[in-house]
Amino acid sequence: MSYSVKVIDHYENPRNVGTFAKEDDGVGTGMVGAPACGDVMKLQIKVNKAGVIEDAKFKTYGCGSAIASSSLVTEWVKGKTVDQALAIKNTEIAEELALPPVKIHCSILAEDAIKAAVADYKKKHGE
Amino acid sequence: MKLPIYLDYSATTPVDPRVAEKMIPYLCEHFGNPASRSHSFGWVADAAVEEAREQVAALVGADPKEIVWTSGATESNNLAIKGAANFYAGTKGKHIITVKTEHKAVLDTVREMERQGFEATYLDVKEDGLLDLEVFKAAIRPDTVLASVMFVNNEVGVIQPIAELGEICREKGIIFHVDAAQATGKVEIDLSKLKVDLMSFCAHKTYGPKGIGALYVRRKPRIRLEAQMHGGGHERGFRSGTLPTHQIVGMGECFRLAKEEMAEENIRIAALRDRLLNGLKEMEATFVNGDLEHRVAHNLNISFAYVEGESMIMAIKDLAVSSGSACTSASLEPSYVLRALGRDDELAHSSIRFSIGRFTTEEEIDYAIKLLNVKVGKLRELSPLWDMYKEGIDLSTVQWAAH
Amino acid sequence: MFQPVYLDHNATTPLDPAVLAAMMPWLENQFGNASSRHEYGRAARRAIDEARQQVATAVNAHPTEVVFTSGGSEANNLFLKGAAASLKPSGIALSVIEHPCILKPAAQLARQGWQIQSVTVDGAGSVDFSSFTDALAYKPQLFSFMMANNETGVIQDVAKLASAARATGGWFHSDAVQALGKLAINFRALNAAGVHALTLSAHKAYGPKGAAALILDKRVELQPLIAGGGHERGLRSGTENVAAIVGFGVAAELAAKRLAEQTEQLAKWRESLECGIVALGGQVFGTDAPRLANTSYFAFADIDGETLVGKLDRAGFAVASGAACSSANPEASHVLRAMSVPSEMARGAVRVSLGRANSQSQIDEFINALQATIKNLQGLTAIAA
Repeated sequence: MSYSVKVIDHYENPRNVGTFAKEDDGVGTGMVGAPACGDVMKLQIKVNKAGVIEDAKFKTYGCGSAIASSSLVTEWVKGKTVDQALAIKNTEIAEELALPPVKIHCSILAEDAIKAAVADYKKKHGE
Repeated sequence: MKLPIYLDYSATTPVDPRVAEKMIPYLCEHFGNPASRSHSFGWVADAAVEEAREQVAALVGADPKEIVWTSGATESNNLAIKGAANFYAGTKGKHIITVKTEHKAVLDTVREMERQGFEATYLDVKEDGLLDLEVFKAAIRPDTVLASVMFVNNEVGVIQPIAELGEICREKGIIFHVDAAQATGKVEIDLSKLKVDLMSFCAHKTYGPKGIGALYVRRKPRIRLEAQMHGGGHERGFRSGTLPTHQIVGMGECFRLAKEEMAEENIRIAALRDRLLNGLKEMEATFVNGDLEHRVAHNLNISFAYVEGESMIMAIKDLAVSSGSACTSASLEPSYVLRALGRDDELAHSSIRFSIGRFTTEEEIDYAIKLLNVKVGKLRELSPLWDMYKEGIDLSTVQWAAH
Repeated sequence: MFQPVYLDHNATTPLDPAVLAAMMPWLENQFGNASSRHEYGRAARRAIDEARQQVATAVNAHPTEVVFTSGGSEANNLFLKGAAASLKPSGIALSVIEHPCILKPAAQLARQGWQIQSVTVDGAGSVDFSSFTDALAYKPQLFSFMMANNETGVIQDVAKLASAARATGGWFHSDAVQALGKLAINFRALNAAGVHALTLSAHKAYGPKGAAALILDKRVELQPLIAGGGHERGLRSGTENVAAIVGFGVAAELAAKRLAEQTEQLAKWRESLECGIVALGGQVFGTDAPRLANTSYFAFADIDGETLVGKLDRAGFAVASGAACSSANPEASHVLRAMSVPSEMARGAVRVSLGRANSQSQIDEFINALQATIKNLQGLTAIAA
């Protein structure tokens, strides 16, 4: 498996690894994937009063591409509104990381993680 | 210390320099075709082939006349299973018994026999990887023609009860084939005592060259085979094709060395394996796959729970190890051997096979222990599953969002 | 140490030093299993890929058309049995002068319901085209015609035969084991003419024993002979013999590169050899057909081939009395029988096959030794008479 320089960089120096308190009012948590499939991603967003994501954290069980995809989206969602975050497409992630075809599902999973985290946040706020 | 550290001796071994030295003259000045009967180039090559045949026979307690050269263990397994099943189908029947943890070379061959009208039973193993003799006995039918059970498993290193299985087969009149590719030089093999009819060998797992193997074909009682490769009638008609003299010489020499040195070498390797095991067993949620007692000294197969296999391999790229067997490691499927041992997919995914060999040093083992402790720790820091485990959540009760 | 002069290059060839040099790292510190994903394995995989490219280039094929096997016999078996297993039994057309590793698998298929259409050769050893067209009437689905014969060196017009066979829709294979390094092989052109598969072997072209290839048009559906890990696109399982495959790659490259120059040299030596043989009263077989430049197959009336070969060996010349594989077999050559050579003449057959390391002086010495031996044996015959 030959990974791009960007994947290896994110894999070796993952950004924003960590956890927010799930019950915190401004936190949205998304967990996608399944251990049996070989990848599970947990993405958390911390949203301020203005609806802007001011911080994000992740933890991922998965291959290098899955770790890199989730690390990348924590960087991308920061500073975006939740609706802007929803506009991030898996193809952009795959392109940025130059994922090989067999690893495209990692970018899809990362997009799903954003959606799940935003949905959790919106649910908390009755949207 | 050279990086990456080679801990994949079950995939293949380096050619021992002493073996390479014996091979070179048969690539250079003694280049004759052993089948050439009319000049000394042929005679010299033929004499070398016959000496190697004696050396191979000597390691396994066989008669040289019972050794048939092939291109490797995969071909030997094909020749044994197809050759015997086809030859004896008419008199004995069309049922084959094998085991779910066999090498692909056996499983795929048996599947092919099924397509040709044979029936097959694929036996489960116990959680420790060993075959239950009662389960084996129960699978035998009046029309069972052949049973194929490997001596030593390539992934978890467990040693199957070949002597006992042989007794059962002989009593029932079933042809018994054993894939011993992973066994030579690691366990004692004495075919003068074992009731085995056909046994597959190769050189490249025992410090010899790739591209050469052998099939033991018992003479008393005599086992007959339908040849799979026809032509010039080499190897008493069992297997046609020009004999690769240098490779055969290499196989003879590496088996000779194995016979001479295995007792001592296995003690040294067992000590290294125990050192590795001791250095890893303090880690939480880490499991050894396969029985530790009925196992070759060279193998340690460990599952690191809550760490995904591919990222693990990436993290420990200073170690040349394998996850799953070498032949299937291009695919992302979890190891079928570990699944047969009852390991769930996550544990199968996160398993690493360490196989230790002749040139492994204590320094290398210590480096590996240190690296694994650091890297597994780091990956678990990243793993949401590890968090859940630490919170006391039973992962099997979690409803996962499929994707 | 005394080393006899080697004149049996159709049996096997010495390894070229450049081939040995390329192989050595793979017998020493480079030892990975090409299926392993770590660097040791990937290095082995890259080496195999490079060799595949070299073999493909040498015969103008695509690397994905190269299926590595353990030898020419295996490649021939793989084609015939593998293709037959994907077809309903019908006819197999073969020349009667094929190597046993074609004839025997075909005989095996005959036991499974295939009919063999044997195509005869003329007195010079060329496939008899009218016999070939007769065979076409049976619409055989498999064809195997060797490119050059191992005993006589006679070259067949494989492209012509394949073109004529096209209408049958069958798969056409040619055993080119004796052709590599001795003839220009252009698989693309042959493929366009209707040839679907070729067998090549390293050890007949200054490469190692233990590596060979089936060059295969991917439209041909083959069942593997050897099942297992799924190597070689599933057509041939088993851990790759990296060292030998690397050696094969280099040998194939050298074979193509040296072909023209070497053929010219060999032809000169053979001409002088055959002048000598004829002057001594010998008869050379196959001279009326195009032949490989290195091969000379001949006999002297009333002189037994085995005896002559034995005497020549003691005089320091390694030659063959027939194909190496069947040298243990005292029967007269099936190739000469097919050429209608009288059996008393056929029993005298001796094959000299030259190689790149021979020299004119070795040819001269050989002729001298042959002359002495013939005189001696004829003298014995005269006394006995």
